[in-house]
Amino acid sequence: MSAAADLGLWGVPLAILGGAIRVSTPFLFVSLGECLTERSGRINLGLEGTLVFGAMSGYAVAYESGSAWIGVLAAAFAGMLFGLFHGWVCKFKGVNDIAIGIAMMLLGMGLAFFFGKPYIQPVAPDLPAIALGWWSEVSQVQAALQVNVLFVIGAVLAVAMAWMFRATRIGLTIRVVGDSTDSARAMGINPDRVRLLSTAAGGALAGVGGAYLSLYYPGSWTEGISSGQGLMAVALVIFARWRPMNCFWAALLFGGAGALGPALQSVGVTSGYYLFFAAPYVLTLGLLIVTSSPTKALDGAPGELSITK
Amino acid sequence: MTEAAIFPAPRASALGALAPRAEAAIIPVAALLCGFLAFSVFLLALGKSPVDFFALVWKAGFSSAFSWQNTLSRVPPLLLAALCVALPARLGLVVIGGEGAIVLGGLAAAATGLAVSGAPAIIGFACMVAAACIAGGVWIGAVGALRFKRGVNETIASLLMAYIAIALLNHLVEGPLRDAASLNKPSTAPLPAALRVGDMPLDISVHWGLVFGVILCILAWVLIERTTIGFAARIAGGNVRAAQVQGLPVGRLIIGFTALGGACAGLAGFFEVAAIHGSANGSLVSGYGYTGILVAFLARHNPLAIIPVAIMLAGFEASSGLIQRRMDLPDAAVLVLEGMVFVAILLSETMYGRMRIFSPAYWAAKA
Repeated sequence: MSAAADLGLWGVPLAILGGAIRVSTPFLFVSLGECLTERSGRINLGLEGTLVFGAMSGYAVAYESGSAWIGVLAAAFAGMLFGLFHGWVCKFKGVNDIAIGIAMMLLGMGLAFFFGKPYIQPVAPDLPAIALGWWSEVSQVQAALQVNVLFVIGAVLAVAMAWMFRATRIGLTIRVVGDSTDSARAMGINPDRVRLLSTAAGGALAGVGGAYLSLYYPGSWTEGISSGQGLMAVALVIFARWRPMNCFWAALLFGGAGALGPALQSVGVTSGYYLFFAAPYVLTLGLLIVTSSPTKALDGAPGELSITK
Repeated sequence: MTEAAIFPAPRASALGALAPRAEAAIIPVAALLCGFLAFSVFLLALGKSPVDFFALVWKAGFSSAFSWQNTLSRVPPLLLAALCVALPARLGLVVIGGEGAIVLGGLAAAATGLAVSGAPAIIGFACMVAAACIAGGVWIGAVGALRFKRGVNETIASLLMAYIAIALLNHLVEGPLRDAASLNKPSTAPLPAALRVGDMPLDISVHWGLVFGVILCILAWVLIERTTIGFAARIAGGNVRAAQVQGLPVGRLIIGFTALGGACAGLAGFFEVAAIHGSANGSLVSGYGYTGILVAFLARHNPLAIIPVAIMLAGFEASSGLIQRRMDLPDAAVLVLEGMVFVAILLSETMYGRMRIFSPAYWAAKA
């Protein structure tokens, strides 16, 4: 191991880069899941609750089984159940998908805190990371390029999802359902079933994002583990114009904003720490304001999406 | 067509007029019971007794003068936070960031109280209340303005603003506004005794916020149901384009109703600071804003219904500690119950208009 070099202020962008990769992974998974759900014409605001429940169930199962990967699978399964429930109840007439999302957010967090109480103390196994910084002598570079396997999986998934929407029959089916329920019916597609499956898959991805939080970074289960990442990811999808690859870049950007506070703190800037902590929220709000439009539907928005109608 | 079919008998029409009202009352109550039932099944699956649970809620929340006091002391912020959801809901807006307005209202009240501590109490209170209402009103009003001017989704924007408000609170009580004497829990300097809100007379250890909350709920009901402004808001909530064609000031309605809701939540912050904590600190972030969302939805955004619903939920939250000790359940049990009730009440929306027994035509045909 090499000694820590004195990088001065260069340490800040480096810490932000490393932080962006670390912090962005949950954003990436939740936003890809939400992207999939919204492309089918539904919005699931409950992913914040799914994220927290995924974090709890992933941690608990990893602790009980001794394997972090079984934990990730359990989190995905739990997230899928939440997604299935959301997708199922939203097909009833008069049931508002946004309001159900808020209710599921509260229910998911309640259930996570309820079952997670015994797991606040124990230590579960971590997810492995790949040292992409082996070529460098500088320990900060090595630290910044410790990339978790889930980040790599998420990046591959973004590419795969973009390809799915562009070139496959499944992708086309989801897009048709998202753009016009009537056209989908005319083509013999059952829109409710497509939305149910899209919401379930989206929930599973959000669950994985939660498992990353508790099993890698910050790497333990606490009740304050998520601070709105699940909800910011919904805003992030709007900013990304419902394109999976844009979700990837936007997640990195948000991760960088989230890493700003800790990065500045690491070089000794401590005043205004809480204001830097608010950077991701301010960034999200700013992007929403800039990219929204009062008069016309958003570019690239699925036609059936209630949030943009 | 016979004459009787065109002019139904008076008895039948009275029942017919009653039917939709019965629907509006029976469906939410049935949904509430379904939520309780789902939670009972959940408890049974864990090997706990639902009977014990609800008996403990009764005991800790409603059985004695002491438990009523415990319950009622939690009601004021719930009433005011629920108004922050219910008022914008009349325009079809789902605002869920009331927590932010509570936090900033409390912070503004504490800072103002310290600034005017030399003034007579009546002026001091007026300034604090004004500051709290303006802070909350501007914060949530901004959400309405962003919605109207830029088309920004109000649900997401309001929650983001809540996180920003909490960061602002932490920044200010850790830095510029910190009282050097507050070591363990960074706070603003304590308010002078003259600027503390006391309990109501007649041995009720519940502060005056309860009265103000109830009055504001009644006023909000009058505003929505009995004034032309409320009528215009309901039209705009039903169909924005129709409202604009009618020449209604949709923008002013949206900004006005969101600001009014925010001012209510800001007032909740004032009472939390002036009646409970005595200074602004992290305790302001207590989740009342989120429980308020549930209260408003359970009341179906009817300000009068908010009052009993808030009392019920306050009773559940007040019993949380006893349930934890007696039944060995985590304190989050109440959160799970609230989540289940929330889902049940939203699901019940699909039942409206489906049951013929609630339709006036059914009773007219019977006559």
